[in-house]
Amino acid sequence: MAKVVLPLDAARAFANGETHVEVDAIDVRSLVKALDQRYPGIGQRLRTGTAVAVDGEIFQDPYLEAVRPDSEVYFLPAIEGG
Amino acid sequence: MGNEEKQNKVLGEGKGKYRVIGTRPVRPDGVDKVTGKANFGADLNVADMIHGRVVRSPHAHAKIKSINVKKALALPGVKAVITAADFPELGPGDIAAGEVTVSFHDMSLTVIARKKALYDGHAIAAVAATTPEIAARAAELIEVEYQVLKPVMTWKQAMDPTAPLLHEGQITKGVKPAPEKPSNVAARSEFALGDLAAGFAEAEVIVEHEFSTETVHQGYIEPHACVASMSADGMATVWASSQGQFMVRAYVAKLCGMDISKIKVIPAEIGGGFGGKTVVYLEPLAVALAKKSGRPVKMVMTRDEVFRATGPTSGGHGRCKIGAKKDGTITAADLEMEYEAGAFPGSPVMLGCMTGTTPYDIKNMRAVGYDVVVNRPKAAAYRAPGAPVAAFIVESTMDMLADKLGMCPLELRLKNAAKEGTKAPYGPKFLAIGYEDTLLAAKASKHWNTPLGPNQGRGIASGFWFNIGGNSSASVALNEDGTVIVVEGNPDIGGSRASMAMMTAEVLGIDVSRVKPLVADTESVPYSDLTGGSRVTFATGKAVVEAAQDVVKQLRQRAAKIWEVDIDQVEWKDGMAVAIETDKYKPLSIADIARMAGKTGGPISGKANINAAGAGPGFGTHICDVEVDPETGYVKVLRYTAIQDVGTAIHPSYVEGQLQGGAAQGIGWALNEEYVYSKEGNLLNTGFLDYRVPVASDLPMIDAILVECPNPGHPYGVRGVGEVPIVPPLAAVANAVSHAIGKRVDSLPISPPKLLAKIQSKG
Amino acid sequence: MSKHHISATINGDPAEFLCDTQQTLLDVLRDELNLTGSKEGCGSGDCGACSVMVNDRLVCSCLVLGVEAQGATINTIEGVAEGDQLHTIQKHFLSEAALQCGICTPGFIVATKALLEKNPNPTETEARYWLAGNLCRCTGYDKIIKAVMNAAAEMRGA
Repeated sequence: MAKVVLPLDAARAFANGETHVEVDAIDVRSLVKALDQRYPGIGQRLRTGTAVAVDGEIFQDPYLEAVRPDSEVYFLPAIEGG
Repeated sequence: MGNEEKQNKVLGEGKGKYRVIGTRPVRPDGVDKVTGKANFGADLNVADMIHGRVVRSPHAHAKIKSINVKKALALPGVKAVITAADFPELGPGDIAAGEVTVSFHDMSLTVIARKKALYDGHAIAAVAATTPEIAARAAELIEVEYQVLKPVMTWKQAMDPTAPLLHEGQITKGVKPAPEKPSNVAARSEFALGDLAAGFAEAEVIVEHEFSTETVHQGYIEPHACVASMSADGMATVWASSQGQFMVRAYVAKLCGMDISKIKVIPAEIGGGFGGKTVVYLEPLAVALAKKSGRPVKMVMTRDEVFRATGPTSGGHGRCKIGAKKDGTITAADLEMEYEAGAFPGSPVMLGCMTGTTPYDIKNMRAVGYDVVVNRPKAAAYRAPGAPVAAFIVESTMDMLADKLGMCPLELRLKNAAKEGTKAPYGPKFLAIGYEDTLLAAKASKHWNTPLGPNQGRGIASGFWFNIGGNSSASVALNEDGTVIVVEGNPDIGGSRASMAMMTAEVLGIDVSRVKPLVADTESVPYSDLTGGSRVTFATGKAVVEAAQDVVKQLRQRAAKIWEVDIDQVEWKDGMAVAIETDKYKPLSIADIARMAGKTGGPISGKANINAAGAGPGFGTHICDVEVDPETGYVKVLRYTAIQDVGTAIHPSYVEGQLQGGAAQGIGWALNEEYVYSKEGNLLNTGFLDYRVPVASDLPMIDAILVECPNPGHPYGVRGVGEVPIVPPLAAVANAVSHAIGKRVDSLPISPPKLLAKIQSKG
Repeated sequence: MSKHHISATINGDPAEFLCDTQQTLLDVLRDELNLTGSKEGCGSGDCGACSVMVNDRLVCSCLVLGVEAQGATINTIEGVAEGDQLHTIQKHFLSEAALQCGICTPGFIVATKALLEKNPNPTETEARYWLAGNLCRCTGYDKIIKAVMNAAAEMRGA
């Protein structure tokens, strides 16, 4: 199961403050879907303005990126720049 | 000058590995720019063109009761007048998909106010007339009736529970349970690692301090400018100087309620942006005026308008507390910041929280940010948005910690430096990064080891920026004579065409002079995200490399056809197709194959359309020496060195230029630049005379040391470089001044009167 | 109000134009004569992007009225290169990478040419003070100053 870390505000709003969760998924899309089933409503939050880091590599517009069983997945705010 | 030890240096692995990369050719657009031929935003005139002018609010905070345009319309030569009523009213739910959360509702109200003017200079109406003079006169004839409200100018005023509200009903986001009462605090964000209380309990030394900065402007020399034309069938053409022709197209489409396919945006040369041209101000107005008048409309801002109504970045305030063991190991860091967003939510405070302590491996940390709306123009991106202010706060506190520990500030940083595998405050672990190398290069530099004189001080500070990837498209086309055209979709803001040409030449194994790069309009290249976030050389470069590799594959195929061998028997070497393991065939040059293209299957071109991942984070360390005049409080920057992990420098001169330019902007931010408002909320310094950006005589040479720790996520190891250089200077300068006067400087800008008061104060 | 008829010599050629009283020389160059190499960064003489020579004197053309050009000899960025031969200063701006966005570059080149005509052997400090009226926001001036010093050396035959 992939180790997933949720943003604090999303965790507080949807996941009883639980930031560290484990999810069985093959890619970011299925991971978000699984999270949404567990914490209804969190899917929309995680799909908007959010980037994902899978094992240290950041994806700005995540969807189909592969997630391995031992992956570490972080949701973080999408980053802009100047 | 002429001083050997002050030469710029490139350190690291990339050297000598490539034939084109790492060299310093003349940029392909250079001759046009030194001869005055290059066409910037305001340089275009088209047939039958008329001129637009914006009517701006003289009040910082006011209800718009009525707008009477009759007298303006009656003026001979006036062709159209528009107000917010000419644009679709967008709801709070109109958010840009995929991208960073962009509120089109707020953007539409920034472009033209609807019910309320929220800052001095807020656009209220616009007029188009046959000459700029008539347009200006007509603008004065537009009668706006305001109900003036009390302005809220600073984060402190705005957070007062009795403060007037900019937006009725704004409930702070990111707070659970949600507050019942609306406020000027748009959002709270928080990032945390480990156990803060335990971390501070472990500390043997703790420092804590409060800091503040003022609103500053990107200060690009070219004011915003565009021309828009609209035909009777509703097809619009916009010529604009911006950081992204596709950004302009998307935003105009949304704000004007048009299909994307009906808008063509042609990028002009851009005269500086630094993030300030990642949004639209004039373009939707010009399109609406063009539609209403049936004439092409040119709009050019004055400098006064640029300062009053476009993209400054947030002034910020914050507290930082850092705890450490006596040996310098940091056990905990707590950062709390308030940033002024301007009139609409969206200050970069969250990015400040994510970057402030990131150079360090701190197991227990927390960063909390408040996004506070005030009656100032809505903050736009400015180079590493949010990071410089956070770095000023954290890096100054680090300096205080070093003082308290009796430790060298460079050693303190080395002891705690983030490395490969360190967890960033925003979560993930770093892959290969070169932060430590920048510190070691600083330690080894002549600058760091040169003694100082009286009234002089030396400061050191570091900085971090994520760097991003994103969507980029590129194509590489082979001409009949073997020369090459590379087409991409990103405005060239500081020499990126040179790096695109160089990467193409590297892949093809040809001389860079045979490659011509082109930044195309929105109908000649597929979608690309805008130029920003230090993404272009990385992401668009990645697309260019892939497109060129596609061409190489086709060149090998054509050679295989000519020789009647399998493609696997052909390799591409030094710009030639060479048959493997046989000398039966004379190698074919790119020109030979180009000449035969028609006979072997037709024209040759390659393309790539990618969403680039794998951007490598950037770290920099700056050293600054200053001399303070104790009589006047004037600070002279004596010497400055900027060191950065740049991945691989494609064109080292333009990479050095990024470091030097970012450092200069940061020095201005630290010493001179600030928005000065009257009590009523009117901006008082709306020109370069009073908003003082550094001039040549203010600065020394800025030595750039490039450390090359290649980014594994790019075929040539490229990391973004443009943002990082503005992150360390605020603290580097402030630390230097603090050491020179023996007191902590905690408020920017360090203007002479402020510093003199500090010098003369007790304690 | 009728326009003024003005005759001047621009980049060595006779030139005539009509202009309103309130039009600046910069407006005239850009809008009436299509010489858009001179740029407007501020309109108040603070940024130097509109630097031109009027009767061998370096001025901000945004601070000169079009009507003041009557009988004057004006040289702009468009006249710095000779045909397809770039001026030494232009060559050094290119080789030293002394520009990023390039909006300030025409003004810097005109101002540098004026400096080196007056003082062929400036110190770095003299060059920095002479060019203090030209703003560049991209480069931090480092490479500009290097280009100026190197161009000066080459022009002196050093």
